[in-house]
Parts: sequence; structure tokens; C-alpha cells
Amino acid sequence: MKFVVKAWSNGGARAGILHLGTSTIDTPSLLLSTRKGLPHFISPDLLSCLPAPESRLLHVSPLHFLEGLSMKTISKIGGLHQLLGLHDHCFVAVPRDSIQCLPEANSTNKIGASFETPCGRLLIKPVEYMEMISSTRPELWATLADEVPAWVSDKRNKTSVDRTIKWLDECISISPASGAVFGAIVGGSSLEERRRCAQEVATRNVSGYWVGGLGLGESMDERPALLNAVIEALPEEKPRLICGLGLPEEILQGIAAGVDIFESTYIYHLTLGGFALTFPLDRTQINASNLVPSDVGSDPRKINLRATVFRKDTTSIVEGCTCYTCRNHTRAYINHLLNVHEMLAQILLEML
Amino acid sequence: MAGTIKGLATYQLEEIGCQIILGNTYHLALRPTSELIDELGGLHKFMNWPRALLTDSGGFQMSPVDGKPMLLTPEESIQIQNRIGADIIMALDDVVKTTITGPRIEEAMYRTLRWIDRCIAAHKRPHDQNLFGIVQGGLDPVLRDICVRGLVDRNLPGYAIGGLAGGEDKDSFWRVVAQCTATLPEDKPRYVMGVGYPLDIVVCSALGADMYDCVYPTRTARFGTALVPEGVLKLKHRAMAEDTRPIDPTCACMVCKNYTRAYIHSLVTKDAMGSQLLSFHNLYYMMQLSKNLHSSIVQGKFPEFVCNFLQKMFPKGDIPEWVCNAMEVAEIDISSCCAPFRYIQATKVQSNLNEDEIQAV
Repeated sequence: MKFVVKAWSNGGARAGILHLGTSTIDTPSLLLSTRKGLPHFISPDLLSCLPAPESRLLHVSPLHFLEGLSMKTISKIGGLHQLLGLHDHCFVAVPRDSIQCLPEANSTNKIGASFETPCGRLLIKPVEYMEMISSTRPELWATLADEVPAWVSDKRNKTSVDRTIKWLDECISISPASGAVFGAIVGGSSLEERRRCAQEVATRNVSGYWVGGLGLGESMDERPALLNAVIEALPEEKPRLICGLGLPEEILQGIAAGVDIFESTYIYHLTLGGFALTFPLDRTQINASNLVPSDVGSDPRKINLRATVFRKDTTSIVEGCTCYTCRNHTRAYINHLLNVHEMLAQILLEML
Repeated sequence: MAGTIKGLATYQLEEIGCQIILGNTYHLALRPTSELIDELGGLHKFMNWPRALLTDSGGFQMSPVDGKPMLLTPEESIQIQNRIGADIIMALDDVVKTTITGPRIEEAMYRTLRWIDRCIAAHKRPHDQNLFGIVQGGLDPVLRDICVRGLVDRNLPGYAIGGLAGGEDKDSFWRVVAQCTATLPEDKPRYVMGVGYPLDIVVCSALGADMYDCVYPTRTARFGTALVPEGVLKLKHRAMAEDTRPIDPTCACMVCKNYTRAYIHSLVTKDAMGSQLLSFHNLYYMMQLSKNLHSSIVQGKFPEFVCNFLQKMFPKGDIPEWVCNAMEVAEIDISSCCAPFRYIQATKVQSNLNEDEIQAV
């Protein structure tokens, strides 16, 4: 892995280039969320319809595979690329995902981190986590952390920092030869602990940093300060990764603080809800008319395709958009698919 | 389908080689309604499917989704299908279960004949939509014959053999198909509705049928079952968890090229992606089967194809009797794939060899 900062804004935000595996990606960059390595809805042969190389980074939680697939079998098959038939993509492994493998701080103990998963509550020890990493062989992986929500006691929070650092050292010592390591940084909603953790991790031999423990109860208002406390202690030239953010505004907050790679649940929830994003991406497209809500009181950023107003709307979701869905299908068709509960609706929306 | 094949985009269907899709008239009439589809330019445009479409009459599924009993007349069925705009539309027939007996079957057959005239009269688009008639008559050869004659008299673009693929035994099933294909015109397509399993399709093709429809490939995919030359592969089975082979090593689909049984096993019944991938493979499998049936006939190698197919599915030679009987009538020699004992059993049924003569064979 190689990361280079190309340009700085006036604040903490920066544009960079990440070389990972066979891909060269501009940062800030968004990871595609996956379930057992494949997108939630888009089938693998349609992945090539998404813009490349921006869409080539996939977020993977190795814990997903514990449901039905042994690490030995994954290793035998040859790791994630072989398992998933995705040779042009790169995998970023983080223990948790933000939808189904959520950290269960109450059950985490000195032996391992606890997660609430579809196959029950699992306690993952560092050595087990590293077995998953060496079997799946992602290009980039984050160390195991003790992520706690914002409301835990100071004592519990301090313990989480101590544990996370200890596990980081364990993971690095068992680390396989390949794959870039991102050190995990926690600290809940305490500025002091966040700073302490970041300073410790900054002294370790890692390729980048995963800012963990966010999206677990802290508010959007608190977050900038927490992010700054962490980022200030980290070297500029190494990339930073965050998981668990939601809205575009939260991502923008992260970018402003100096984070380079993001994983967000926003697209997943939008897709499930039947929403399609419509806000203009190009500054020149923004004008008074599309920022002011219409009479119906709708959201200028997205449309809810379940709404009956779209029943006969034969326009594409966004005029001029070149994605597969906009090139081939109309709002009316997706409205119909949503009404009859057809999975194709989610596939088309996720691609959009 | 209700405007889509479960979980597959039209580009994938084109990739698989799908040439015609069946649209479920009943569902589409309910949502989004045939009027809306018509207003938006027809079903082809609505779902952006550039190839062929066929709609059924809407009469087969009458169980209401919204609690309203629906009474469909021939005129209404054709009107709805005219609006949807498929290339092939089906006449409204009176279908009865093959498992029932009694005068109801005869009543249904004659009603089907009366209704075909009403369908023809109501059809507003005979130049771009082909109206197929449906042969009914249960398992009664006399009734089936009357129905075939009646429909052929109307000189329709194509004919369907309906009322099968219910609960009837296989022996009755193939005999009805054989009778119909023997008497329907040679130069018009014969469509066996609701069929079916790959084996049934091969047998019916040997008997002279041309078109089929069934939900089997996608429905069985949703239960974690893959179609393979040997029959089926149940991906849910625990043994699959360690199996690093593809579903079917002879299959060229993107699922078999990229995924192991172990990975698919970890998805099926738990993640929608499992159904998606299996549906893709199963549909590809069926398209390949059709392609192979077609090309083997064109190349004059159909009997070899059938033998090959049966050998893979019944490696011990234990081919079901009904298949042997049907192939005999279709004049396809499958003796090379039958275990000797079974073949003798089958031919004994047809001929009058005595015991001594059989021993000598």
C-alpha cells in the first residue's frame, strides 16, 4: 500500500492518492459495504457497471464468514479474491460492520471483543481475528478494538483504550506478511482518552489508522472535537479510515477533520427505504430552484420512489446520470418494483 | 413475472441468452394495472426488455391478493393482454385439475372452445400480438381430440397444451402430450404450459413440443437448490460447507466460473444474494438446455443428446419407465442408457415376447 497527500485545503481536509493492490484511488474515498464480501443487493457481474476505480474498494467484516464458512475452507480456496470472484477489487477488513456485526461492549472482556451477529453473540480473541485475516487476505485490515458507546463510564472507557492498544500489539506480532495494517484508535467521547490512544498508536509501526468507536452514540456535534483530538496526534502522511458514519453531512465532517477513507450505512438504508439520491454533485448544477423544497415539502436531496407521484413518471431518476439504472430504467418502473416487493428495486437503487 | 424475473436485471437476462419472458397477467393487472402499462407504452418499454414477451390469460391464478374475487371474461382477458402488449397472448381457457374426474372436464373443454371464438373476436391487435389457443380435456383422449380439432379449425398462430403439470402421474402426462403433438399442425409452435423439470422438457421435446414455461428454476433457487446435469444439488446441505468445487464444473455461467459450493452454501437461505446467484445459474442452465436441444436437433444428433442427458441423470441406468415408454413412442432409441433389466421391462410392455425369448436377449 502507498498513500500520498496531493493537496491540502485551508483546514484539515486533504486530497490524496491511495495505491492498494492493483487499484489507484483518489481520496477522500467511500468504501462499498458488503455482506459476506458481496454487496447487499448488486450482483457481482453488475459491479463492473459502477464507476471505476472509485468503486473498487470494498469494506468487509471477516466476522460475516463465521456464519457457514470455515476459515480453513476460505484459506483453501485462496482468500477473498478467489472466494468472491472479484479480482479487480480491493478489500478493507474491519472487525465490525455497522448493520449486523455490532460491537457489544458489555460482553467484551480482557480475552476478546464481543459482537452481536446474526449467529448470536461472538467473542473474538486477537489470535482468532488474526486467523481470519490470514485466511481472507484483505489488502488492508484494521486491528481488533474494544469499541464502546458514548455513554460508558470513564473507567470502562479507559479500559477500552488500554485493551485496544494491547490487542493492536498482539495483532501486529501475529501479522501475516501481506496486507497493510491500520491501527485502531478508540476512546469513546472523552477527548483525553481519544488523544491518549492516538498518541500511543502513532508510535506503532502501522500503515494507517482506523478511528473506531464512532457511530455508537455520540452526536454529530460532539464528533468534530473528538476527531480533531485524534487526528492532531497522528502523522500527516499516513491515511485515516472511519466506519459507522451515516449521512453525507457526517462524511463531510470527517473529511474536514482530515479523514481519507469512509464506510457509511447511508446507501444501505436509503436503498432499503426505496430512496434515490438526486442532489447535484457538480457545483455548477446548484441553483436556487433545486435547493428550495417544492410545494410538496420534499427533500431536495433524494426522492422516495414509493411515492404514488412517480407511478407514471417515465423520466430517469436523475437527468443525465450515466449509471446503469438511469440509462435503462424509469422512475415508474422502480415505483412498480417497490410496490410488488421485488428485489430488483433494491439492486437498481443500490447501483444508483 | 410481475415485471421482472426475481432479482435479475434485463442485461443479465440478455447475457444468459433468454429470448422470451412470460409476464403474469393477473399480477400486472393488479399492480401497476394494464391501463398504466398501456399508457406508458406497453410492457416492453416499461421494463426495458428488447426481446420477446408472452402473457398468460390471467385466468389460472384466481386467489385474490387483496380479498376481491376476480371474475375474468374472455373479452376482459384479451383486453388486458392487448394493453400489456406482449408478442404472444394466451386465450382464456377453462382449466380443471387433471386429478379430478367426471363431467366437469368435458364442460371445461367445450367452454374453452366457445371462449376461443370470443377471444378471437375481442382481439384488437392481431397484427402484432399472436393469440395462442390452449388445448384442454383433462386426461381423456377423446376430449383432447375434440379440443385439438376445434382449435386447429380456427387457424391460430400457435397452440398450447394446457391443464397438465398439475398432480397427474407421469405416465398420463406424456401420453396427453404425445397425442396432442401428433395431431396439432406441424408448422405451428406447440407450447406445453407449466413444464417443468429438465427431464420433462427433454421428453416433451422428443415428442414434438417447442415451448415451455415454469417457475421451477427460480423457485428452487430460493430454496437453495441448484440444477445440475446429475439432477439437483442441495446447497443447504452441510457437506457443501467444505466443498470447494463449483456448482457444475461443466457450466460456463458467471456463478460456476467464480464461486465455490462452500461460498454459496454460506449464503443460501440466509442472504438474498444466495438466491440471486442460484437463480442466475439455474436460468443459465435451462437456457443451455434449450440451446442444446435446439442445436442437437438441427445437427441431427438429437438421440445422442438424449442418451447423454439420461446417462448423466441416471448413471445406474434406472431410467423411469414413463421416460422409456415416451421415448419409444417418440422413436428415440435410449437402449444404451437403460440398465438391461429395465429395458426389457419396458419393451415387454410394448411387445408380446414370451419368457424364453427374453432370456435369450
